[in-house]
Amino acid sequence: MGNEESVFFSRVLTELTLSFHIIYATIGVGIPLMIMIAQWVGIKKQDEHYILLARRWTRGFVITVAVGVVTGTAIGLQLSLLWPNFMELAGNVIALPLFMETFAFFFEAIFLGIYLYTWDRFENQKKHMLLLIPVAIGASFSAIFITIVNAFMNAPQGFDIANGQLVNINPVLAMFTPAMPTKVAHVLSTAYMTAAFVLASIGAYRLLKGSNHVYHKKALFLTMKIGLIFSIATAVIGDFSGKYLAEYQPEKLAAAEWHFETEEGAPLMLYGVLDDGEVKYAIKIPYALSILAHSNPNAEVIGLDQFPEDEIPPLYIHYLFDIMVTIGMWMTALSLVYVVGTWLKMRFVASKWYRWLIVFGGPLSIVAIEAGWWFAEVGRQPWILRGIMRTEEAATTSGQVDLMLLLFAGLYLVLAIGSIVVLTRMFRKNPVEQELSDRKLEKEGDLQ
Amino acid sequence: MTLEIIGISVLWLFLFGYVIVASIDFGAGFFNAYSLFRRKQHILTRVIQRYLSPVWEVTNVFLVFFFVGIVGFFPKTAYYYGTILLVPASIAIILLAIRGSYYAFTTYGGLKQKRWTYLYGLSGLFIPASLSIVLTISEGGFVSETASGIELDYWGLFTSPLTWSIVVLSLAAVLYISAVFLTWYAHKAQDEPAAELLRKYALFWSLPAIITATGIIVELRGHNPEHFSRLMELWWLFGISFILFAGTVYLIWKRKLYGIAFGLLTGQFLAAFFAYGISHYPYLLYPYLTIYDSFTNEAMATALIIAFIAGLGLLLPSLYLLLRLFLFNKDYVQGKRNDHA
Repeated sequence: MGNEESVFFSRVLTELTLSFHIIYATIGVGIPLMIMIAQWVGIKKQDEHYILLARRWTRGFVITVAVGVVTGTAIGLQLSLLWPNFMELAGNVIALPLFMETFAFFFEAIFLGIYLYTWDRFENQKKHMLLLIPVAIGASFSAIFITIVNAFMNAPQGFDIANGQLVNINPVLAMFTPAMPTKVAHVLSTAYMTAAFVLASIGAYRLLKGSNHVYHKKALFLTMKIGLIFSIATAVIGDFSGKYLAEYQPEKLAAAEWHFETEEGAPLMLYGVLDDGEVKYAIKIPYALSILAHSNPNAEVIGLDQFPEDEIPPLYIHYLFDIMVTIGMWMTALSLVYVVGTWLKMRFVASKWYRWLIVFGGPLSIVAIEAGWWFAEVGRQPWILRGIMRTEEAATTSGQVDLMLLLFAGLYLVLAIGSIVVLTRMFRKNPVEQELSDRKLEKEGDLQ
Repeated sequence: MTLEIIGISVLWLFLFGYVIVASIDFGAGFFNAYSLFRRKQHILTRVIQRYLSPVWEVTNVFLVFFFVGIVGFFPKTAYYYGTILLVPASIAIILLAIRGSYYAFTTYGGLKQKRWTYLYGLSGLFIPASLSIVLTISEGGFVSETASGIELDYWGLFTSPLTWSIVVLSLAAVLYISAVFLTWYAHKAQDEPAAELLRKYALFWSLPAIITATGIIVELRGHNPEHFSRLMELWWLFGISFILFAGTVYLIWKRKLYGIAFGLLTGQFLAAFFAYGISHYPYLLYPYLTIYDSFTNEAMATALIIAFIAGLGLLLPSLYLLLRLFLFNKDYVQGKRNDHA
């Protein structure tokens, strides 16, 4: 196998691992917060339903954590196995957040074990809830640190290059790159949003499938409220991200928007197809790109004409960008209508068709997460370290990457099927009505 | 002490931590499968599950911590070991992934089948085998640097007696460490049948563990004479290790003080592990890579050490809490509490 093939298969394997990992990782970052909120509401309102909600989410969460942990270990090692030259170079500058990520992960792992096995140990439920805070903090901080590493790859800084050597290294400066604030904020808010909508979709599904229990209604309303808050936050941060790109990574924004010529008062292209360099069927919103990039309808936006051809990312990222933004907008609208409709006691939000829309919202949010990451990652091609190292210079020279790709693809298939089977069995065998009556019997037994 | 030495010592200590906790985990899976095979599962399963459940995730982190740390402190290892280890490390990752998720799926999801228990037990033995290959490679002689990059001589590695001795040692050590720990744990749980059975396993595995360990020292004489002579200079550390080994076996034999026996065992492995590590100095990969020419810049090293100290400040109390709530909590250990989510 030649070097070119090694590069190709390394890219495919990394993409496969990450695409699989982020499904579980996003849920893993978001759900602890949801569990915390549910348990807190339960304690506050003295409502058994919310506590049970927290408990049932926790059980499902363990399964997603397990897959998240093992695939996270895989990508952690693959960084060095598939991109040895990159890690050798970048390790000098970016090892600190990677190292801190393992601490956050450690912290989460310890307290998750404790939280799981002390449900009835403490008299005071609040004490048990306190254990969840380090779990949520650990989960969010591992996302923060690992996103910092990714932000560094997009906007490397904190070192100088003299005669091909890295000098004057400043590990802290390397963590606080210009890309870092928007990336970290966007990753966190979308993780919370996605987790909320995935849980909402489960609640809606149970309501559709016959169970008309008030428990599911409470769950649905709570998660849709949280989802709404974070989808609004995501939209605001998304706007900041656009401004960041215009300032620091104009080629990514220009490729995403099919903005070929540098111009003032640039329009925004929505949808459409690219045919021989011609944009067709697109919806053109005048001045919108200038507003997105610089908050000024007449501002100049740099186009692809300013870059050498071999430094331009693939133009198909436009579709990914559109998918991400459209789903984001759709979910914001869907949750807003649901929350307002419920407050105003409008009937249609409890109708079958609306609940089906909510059911599809969970998977759609995950699609948006995938599209967003593909857009962010493909959008910085051809660089692995923007402006410093090209992707083909970073890959391994080993000849067995294609075989490893097959092995890992098999592994992810097994993990996907396994986790879906286990999760559905877990909740199908023990529906909430059953568990509520079991707990009631148990309590009465205790009193006698 | 230079920053390089601090860095490698810290990492070596964490690797040691992984060796102990992972051995307990891998061995437990194997004994569980073996007892199912011998129809004695009812004796062991509960005790093993009760120990493993709250800590299985923590075990994994020790490994992640080690490999992230070594790439951080010694970025050149990413280039050398990253290129060489693609196949063995990928196999280890896949086995670890299947094992970890299978554990979660069965424990929390109720997916239970006999053949999976066997596979689970066996996979636990393949992982230490595939990981211990790194130790063989680090001795040199299997890697060559060519114009197009670095290459690993798979056939040479596969046919080397050193490889197989290290594999056998890792297996014997896994089963020995695990059996001693579980004997102690079962005894604490007042589960005497389980303690008795595990005690037998511990005594059985003590012998191959010590014989292969000695055998490897002899083999190194031919394979890497430089390393061998450095090992000989540290004979006293191996002496201490052997005395501690004898102490453990004596206590287990006499059915006394299982907790102390496990403490002695930890000391035995700690002494041998560090003696091996120190004698390897200064090479990370003989003769290409030393800890000096692969070390990161000073600014990063300082930052990593500060992060490490801060991190430990957070971790040690949390680990203590974990142990206090589960390992040293009588009601939990004896299975009188079922506080599972």
